[in-house]
Amino acid sequence: MPLKIELLSPDLIQQVLDEAHQLLLDPGILVQSGAARQILANAGARVDPTTQVTYIPESLTARALETVPHSFYLYDVTGNPTVHYGGDTVHFDPGSSGVHILDSQTLEHCPTTTTDLVNVIKITESLPQYDAQSTAIICDDVPKAIGDLYRLYVVLLLSKKPVVTGTFMIQNLDTMVEMLAIFAGGRQSLAQKPRAVFDVCPSPPLVWSEFACENLVSLAQLQVPVELVSMPLAGAASPVTLLGSVVQHTAESLAGLVLHQLSRPGAPLVWGGAPAIFDMRKGSTPFGAAETAMLGMANAQVGKYLGLPTHTYLGASDSKLVDAQAGMESGLSALAGALAGINMISGAGMLDFLACQSLEKLVLDAEAIAWVRRLLDGIHKQTKPLATGMYADFNFKADFLKQKSTRQLFTKEQYLPSPVIDRDSLRGWQMNGSQDTFNRCKSQVQQLLASYKRPDLDPTLENELHRLVTSQARQAGMDQLPVIE
Amino acid sequence: MAGLNQVGEAFSCGQSFLPELVMAGEAMKAALAVLEPELQLRGTERQILGKVVLATVQGDIHEIGKSLVGTMLSSAGFQVYDLGVDVPAETIVEKVRQVGANIVALSALLTTTMVRQAEVIAALEQAGLRQEVKVMVGGAPVTRDWVEHIGADGTSQDAVGAVALARELVESNKKSGNM
Repeated sequence: MPLKIELLSPDLIQQVLDEAHQLLLDPGILVQSGAARQILANAGARVDPTTQVTYIPESLTARALETVPHSFYLYDVTGNPTVHYGGDTVHFDPGSSGVHILDSQTLEHCPTTTTDLVNVIKITESLPQYDAQSTAIICDDVPKAIGDLYRLYVVLLLSKKPVVTGTFMIQNLDTMVEMLAIFAGGRQSLAQKPRAVFDVCPSPPLVWSEFACENLVSLAQLQVPVELVSMPLAGAASPVTLLGSVVQHTAESLAGLVLHQLSRPGAPLVWGGAPAIFDMRKGSTPFGAAETAMLGMANAQVGKYLGLPTHTYLGASDSKLVDAQAGMESGLSALAGALAGINMISGAGMLDFLACQSLEKLVLDAEAIAWVRRLLDGIHKQTKPLATGMYADFNFKADFLKQKSTRQLFTKEQYLPSPVIDRDSLRGWQMNGSQDTFNRCKSQVQQLLASYKRPDLDPTLENELHRLVTSQARQAGMDQLPVIE
Repeated sequence: MAGLNQVGEAFSCGQSFLPELVMAGEAMKAALAVLEPELQLRGTERQILGKVVLATVQGDIHEIGKSLVGTMLSSAGFQVYDLGVDVPAETIVEKVRQVGANIVALSALLTTTMVRQAEVIAALEQAGLRQEVKVMVGGAPVTRDWVEHIGADGTSQDAVGAVALARELVESNKKSGNM
């Protein structure tokens, strides 16, 4: 019996959609790309050329919903479908674009470099809880002009898993797609078996920037999957009410969906987001808040109602350390997202409002995800009589450890956590140095980094990738790329 | 100003919240629109801590953090000229010259746009205004190393810290005889 939580009734979803359609007509969407306005106008949207405001009728969203796929897969480097976008399948990946890393010795949030990205990729690759990599960190040691494609380059060298990524500059998009095509066997094969999904973000409230429009149109034309990441901030960049914010998320996402499907009908798209509430004391955007989780769940429910694959940002924390708050917020919000059946939940490893990655948190979050996955897996009938067959020779003694069924079935019934989770006796815990969670995480990180093995990639393809990225780096003024080890 | 200070103090104590602070700021703006022409007629001027030209740099359209800093600076007694988002360096330089600003505050949320903060500083230097103004920079990717790297005068991770920094900067300006 699948476990699922739904926060909105079908009537309420219908009202959300009705009001989103009203917003698409009044006040409309500010579309800052001339080419995008033309595409929309050609299809029947009304455009005010002076204000750039575009009015999108419901007939266009209905047409887009007919052509957009209801599900698709991302493939690993060997061509296996490992991430299913669709239905209620739940996957997790690390949060992306961190600008700081938690230094586990000094506890400072330090600017990130290639070494940090390499470590995040290695940890993510080693943990089965993460079905996809993300281009998790912005590397301070390479020119900003290649910041986006360089992150993808490092992931492609060190990982076999699918990738959640994105571009910062439209001129780099084609190179990034080319990089993916190298390992997929060409652009046609990449379109058939995509390895990566690209995040594209509207700008709340109700704005599609020139960059985001161009990004969306190009990705659709290249048939590279797109993840829409609308991020209304309830009370600042969208209405303070959760439902009001969900309406705005729906309107922004529908506008993106229409432009995307007009650019290439049938191109794959994910109904995603990074919504949050706005903290009225600190002016911050808490990702550990209950309401933030509820926004993500409700937005996904609207996406599911429309028959679309879903994504949100959860499983992150606003704490600055890998502490009790970090554990509580990340675990609870990962659980909330999973119970909503969200296909891709991004955010693991992240602290400080998605600004800071932590290797230690990444291994801790993996345990929360394992916990959540175990719950989602549910209770199965492992034996025909559920219990009565296990009482032969029973003598009112707790002798179940001796039973064959115990030996055979305990690994099916129980998830065995990593050493990050303490289940030792007080004596055993003390014998092992009385380590707290953070210190256990630090040890686990060291162990995973030491045991990581680089994927066995075709050296010809690896060289081709290296040549392509090196030439981009040279154009950006960097003669030699950092060594990836 | 007294009313605004009261809301500001209540905010600092956690007894009032951003919506109230913003409302008080808007009320002050509305009142000043009426009062300032009259004050000018009488040859007097409102006492301010300093003049701040505030903008999100060109190529970046992130508004919330920048506006919040503007609200907090206004509440603290600064005269804020908020130029909005996606503002070219030359527009910022022109405004600094026009109003005789003490501080330029530059926001950038993206790693790709924070380089524009350096461009604004270069433009201020080229216009011969760099010695006249202090430059504070903000945004998620901005670090102290970045501040040093581009030759800015300070940064803060949040709006409350930005007010403290602005106060420090005008004080140091006074000491160096620029005000």
